[in-house]
Amino acid sequence: MAILVDKNTRVLTQGITGKTGMFHTRGCRDYGTQMVGGVTPGKGGQEFEGIPLFDTVRDAVEKTGANASVIYVPPPFAADAIIEAADAGVPLVVCITEGIPVRDMLSVKSYLDTCDTRLIGPNCPGVITPGECKIGIMPGHIHKRGNVGVVSRSGTLTYEAVGQLSKEGIGQSSCVGIGGDPLNGTNFIDCLKMFNDDAETNLVVMIGEIGGTAEEEACEWIKSYMKKPVVGFIAGATAPPGRRMGHAGAIISGGSGTAAAKFAAMERAGVHVVKSPAVMGRKAVEVLKGK
Amino acid sequence: MNLHEYQSKLLLQQFGVPTLKGYLAHSPRSAQKACQNLGGGICVVKAQVHAGGRGKAGGVKLARDPQEAYDVAGKILGMKLVTPQTGAQGKLVRKVWVEEGAKIQREFYLSLIVDRANAGVAIVVCAEGGMEIEEIAHNSPEKILSVLVKPESGLQDFHIRRIAAFLKIGNEGRGKLLPVVRSLYRAFLSLDCSMLEINPLIETGDGQFVCLDAKMAIDDNALFRQKEAFAMSDLDEIDERELRAGEVGINYVALDGNIGCMVNGAGLAMATMDIIQEAGGMPANFLDVGGGATKEQVTEGFKLILQDKNVRGVFVNIFGGIMRCDVIAEGIIAAAKELNVSVPVVVRLQGTNVEIGKKLLAESGLKLTPADDMDEGAKKIVSAVKGA
Repeated sequence: MAILVDKNTRVLTQGITGKTGMFHTRGCRDYGTQMVGGVTPGKGGQEFEGIPLFDTVRDAVEKTGANASVIYVPPPFAADAIIEAADAGVPLVVCITEGIPVRDMLSVKSYLDTCDTRLIGPNCPGVITPGECKIGIMPGHIHKRGNVGVVSRSGTLTYEAVGQLSKEGIGQSSCVGIGGDPLNGTNFIDCLKMFNDDAETNLVVMIGEIGGTAEEEACEWIKSYMKKPVVGFIAGATAPPGRRMGHAGAIISGGSGTAAAKFAAMERAGVHVVKSPAVMGRKAVEVLKGK
Repeated sequence: MNLHEYQSKLLLQQFGVPTLKGYLAHSPRSAQKACQNLGGGICVVKAQVHAGGRGKAGGVKLARDPQEAYDVAGKILGMKLVTPQTGAQGKLVRKVWVEEGAKIQREFYLSLIVDRANAGVAIVVCAEGGMEIEEIAHNSPEKILSVLVKPESGLQDFHIRRIAAFLKIGNEGRGKLLPVVRSLYRAFLSLDCSMLEINPLIETGDGQFVCLDAKMAIDDNALFRQKEAFAMSDLDEIDERELRAGEVGINYVALDGNIGCMVNGAGLAMATMDIIQEAGGMPANFLDVGGGATKEQVTEGFKLILQDKNVRGVFVNIFGGIMRCDVIAEGIIAAAKELNVSVPVVVRLQGTNVEIGKKLLAESGLKLTPADDMDEGAKKIVSAVKGA
């Protein structure tokens, strides 16, 4: 079970011959992911360490039967790459690229509304089902197969949570980084729904941050539909208003998007809130034991 | 990236947005001349700084003739403008915008922002122009209308009819408002704005709509294709350290506390600030050296942190991930030696080869305190800074 990806996932890399693309394609292949092809315009017919290259995503899908794609192309070309993958019918597209203009993402979202492709990211670490499939830049070795789902807007804070869980002997069903941009393809609610329906997941760790209202909306959903316990943390309680904290989406504007409001929404929804990022793992253990 | 009022207006004019005639002035003398060029009658002298609330703080003044423009500009130029948005230290006024006067019949608030939840552009209006919109939103939200424009439809006339009806603008007025809102929407998208605020948008005595003020922020991610706007960036308005950080690819935001933080990843960097505060300390900065920190970035990060004279200690919190901890430890040691770091430094490393990394730090002969997790690290740096 698990969500989004498993051992049958066949992955293409868009932007495979760039430095980042090469490095992480190797990393994912070494983890055990089926990396079946790469796309770099002009390099069709060549190979990257035994992985066949194609000029277009359409070609690559036809020849390799890929059902997922990961994108490392630079920001000015990333929206084009996402839409190309969706146009070729790839069901799952994971965009790692940071720095895509918001206007481009407005077009992307509007196009994705017309097709069945699910986009994860952009500006995210990717998605992993430990022991089966890793798509993205997260360090595979800190993960451990188990029953806790993780969903987060941040990369390294996800690793922090996973590290804590694994150290406590708690494995993960799947971990999804939904990205730090103001507009993303998959949000908290999408992931919570999938974890809710996943037989292998017993608890979800949800990590939000300041900016926007995605956490508040997710909490409304949790209150009505979530059958499994959720452990929650929000980063940025000490961030000053009006300043962008690294992530393009992490900004408190006009009094909205504060950590206080998000923590309060979590409390109202019955989420097991931790105020310290150091105890996410311990809290999960506590909640699982209490069940 | 934020733009000044006069820059925003110059850009908006290219899209046919009606603004008033004006001139930029760096001295009382040039303000006087600007008033003359505007006909020598009533003009408004406005401080150009990146902050709202200028009027209340004394940064916007009326002048009846060139001599008064000279006097008023003399008072505004060089003043430290303190508004709710500048913080207590205020902002030095280096230039003023001298603009012709206008007969105001009604004032409105109008802004465009990206609606994150609905993936569209929201046009926000209010019949009370010139006021603090946050205050109105808080006290009487029913006075504000937000119209969502989805990219699939683009801006249509009915969107503007909704706005006009809400603002109680009649048929004749609506005809005048239509092209103004259309131009603003086109400018918003074409210039990759993340925010465009017209406060106030006025209806003049002869029934025209004019943007009396304009505040624009450009999406930082789009600066590669917004060359004209990018060239307008005013380096005087940006913290020197933040400028330097941008050059070396580090995300840095200066804060008021005394514990410097160096972290990889934005989420973990925010969480590190939070946990320092939980432990009873105050972070001096937000600093994200990037998901895969390199030795060079660690060194640059240290330099930035130590340029802040308030810093009494540094907390390094790196989740190695794909990077090896021994490599990061070498970077920290090299930076600490090169920069002759004298304040206490607590280092929390996690990830591959963490034992080798810790051993390197312990054997370096430097005053580096190791920590196993972020909780312990935060407590150690807070007590080290308090004890010092």
